[in-house]
Amino acid sequence: MDQQIWIYLLVGVTFAIYIGIALWTKAGSTKEFYVAGGGVSPLANGMATAADWMSAASFISMAGLISFAGYDGAVFLMGWTGGYVLLALLLAPYLRKFGKFTVPDFIGDRYYSNTARTVAVICALFISFTYVAGQMRGVGVVFSRYLEVDINTGVYIGMAIVFFYAVLGGMKGITYTQVAQYVILIFAFMVPAIFISIQLTGNPIPMLGFGSKMTGSETYLLDKLNGLHAELGFAEYTSGSKSMVDIFFITAALMVGTSGLPHVIVRFFTVPRVRDARISAGYALVFIAILYTSAPAVAAFARTNLIQTVSNKEYSLMPEWFSNWEQTKLLIFEDKNDDGVIQYVADEKKNELTIDKDIMVLANPEIAQLPNWVVGLMAAGGLAAALSTAAGLLLVISTSVSHDLVKKQIAPDISDKAELWIARGAAIVAVVVAGYFGINPPGFVAAVVALAFGLAAASFFPAIILGIFYQRMNKYGAIAGMVSGLTITLFYMITFKFNAFGETTADDLWFGISPEGFGTVGMLINFIVSFAVSAMTPPPPQHVMDIVDNIRFPRGAGEASGMH
Amino acid sequence: MKDNKASMKAYWKRNLRYLLILLVVWFTVSYGCGILLVDQLNHIKIGGFPLGFWFAQQGSIYVFVILIFVYVRLMNKLDKEFDVDEK
Repeated sequence: MDQQIWIYLLVGVTFAIYIGIALWTKAGSTKEFYVAGGGVSPLANGMATAADWMSAASFISMAGLISFAGYDGAVFLMGWTGGYVLLALLLAPYLRKFGKFTVPDFIGDRYYSNTARTVAVICALFISFTYVAGQMRGVGVVFSRYLEVDINTGVYIGMAIVFFYAVLGGMKGITYTQVAQYVILIFAFMVPAIFISIQLTGNPIPMLGFGSKMTGSETYLLDKLNGLHAELGFAEYTSGSKSMVDIFFITAALMVGTSGLPHVIVRFFTVPRVRDARISAGYALVFIAILYTSAPAVAAFARTNLIQTVSNKEYSLMPEWFSNWEQTKLLIFEDKNDDGVIQYVADEKKNELTIDKDIMVLANPEIAQLPNWVVGLMAAGGLAAALSTAAGLLLVISTSVSHDLVKKQIAPDISDKAELWIARGAAIVAVVVAGYFGINPPGFVAAVVALAFGLAAASFFPAIILGIFYQRMNKYGAIAGMVSGLTITLFYMITFKFNAFGETTADDLWFGISPEGFGTVGMLINFIVSFAVSAMTPPPPQHVMDIVDNIRFPRGAGEASGMH
Repeated sequence: MKDNKASMKAYWKRNLRYLLILLVVWFTVSYGCGILLVDQLNHIKIGGFPLGFWFAQQGSIYVFVILIFVYVRLMNKLDKEFDVDEK
């Protein structure tokens, strides 16, 4: 069957599944809308968390980034998985015991202050909008290549689908859609990974094929790749080129940011018991690890395949995928020395090939000449990854507005039914804003997402941790900490990432820390400010001390509720 | 026994001790083996993998998964021991 027919068929079938689930799980109360009724099984929650959190960046961009970064790609691999250890050990069980709907809810109650609640809402909105922008751009990339429609049309289709199940079903709709999306995305990621692993190394398990010998040769794949890199003048694949300090800070920012992301944390409010929250963080990491331990393998395979296919080969002999991707302008060849041969080298002046990192995963099946249905599967998987995360974020946005701003502050007497309609209305507005970002993308997918992690690390994480582990922590400290952490991190990113105050170079960075890693510094500043300010101000009232005592042991968790 | 303050203190102390040990392992494997000692470990090869590179790109992730499941087991046992588990 034709490749295009496969794509339409597989994408169409998966969309039908999402809409079907949305109709079946329509939310009838705010409790269902916010926390899916609170009765999600830990295994289903683990799967939904994995899909929620593995975004277009994980699916489309990550292996590509690692493919070009080599060892330096470790920041994404360790950063985006190590945070689950922090989440499982330090956050999830206590927040589940606390038993409210949202992260600002915890911050507002723990710090007995609507100011703290509002600061938390602003942080949540900030992180979610930064992040959702990346997702919508991801939807656009996938659509424009695979459905052969305009990027804008692609974003509209994506908006319509998300609108349907996020607005209608709320958390309940999202949870079960995400379970389906996880299955689709992991299948779509693993099938080509397994095929290519067999082709290159004869080992069907990509995680092991990665460290195996090349088929029909006595050379290990990684040694071969290091050799190719040396020949072309790139840094050694297994050593990378970033400084140790930078790697350290970026990894830390991504780890801490992961555990502080509001759309991930709220998933742990949906399980029935504290012990379910603990184990479902474990399940989530298992499901994530399947993709995350394959991604570095896919990256090394793709890199080897790419160099062997294009380096020093005649342009006229390039396979069909090459011209397919040239049309999208994500792959550009300019013959600088007019010899008709592709020079792909590290030296910018001599290099003739420009490759967008995003295409490495999407083009992989074509580069490896896999059957047409695999290409269709990639399209469905990429869309599943982007849509599931976008929906999770939209829910955080709508919940922050309807629950934490309207219900908790502006109009506390509002009925459950009216609150539900406000939540839906906020979700609609959020979909439109997210769509706007998809059409006018603010930057490269993974880069923007990495910034969201930095912001989460610098704002939420210390406030939540101290709220649980440091009873003496008061509202003044927490508010000052969140504001200062967020401000300094934003300032650094705007200065060095977006060059808002004039052009900057790598030499201008403070201690050589990239903007992506600065969230770690923001977090440390948040901790220091929090301690200092709370030491100089009165301790929290007794009923707050009792809340802290109470969340430290599991018994009596009850169901998550919005009541006092 | 949740009314018993001394018992709750002991429970929390044990919890913190578990956390500390698990987080030390977490830090050693990821930041230690994957970043700080990566060059030294890369001299050792297991199959086609330089060891430091392996820890950074795969090994640490396997350890993370194991850590969470160890934590779940320890805490479920601890909850029972101090009679604060959910029925």
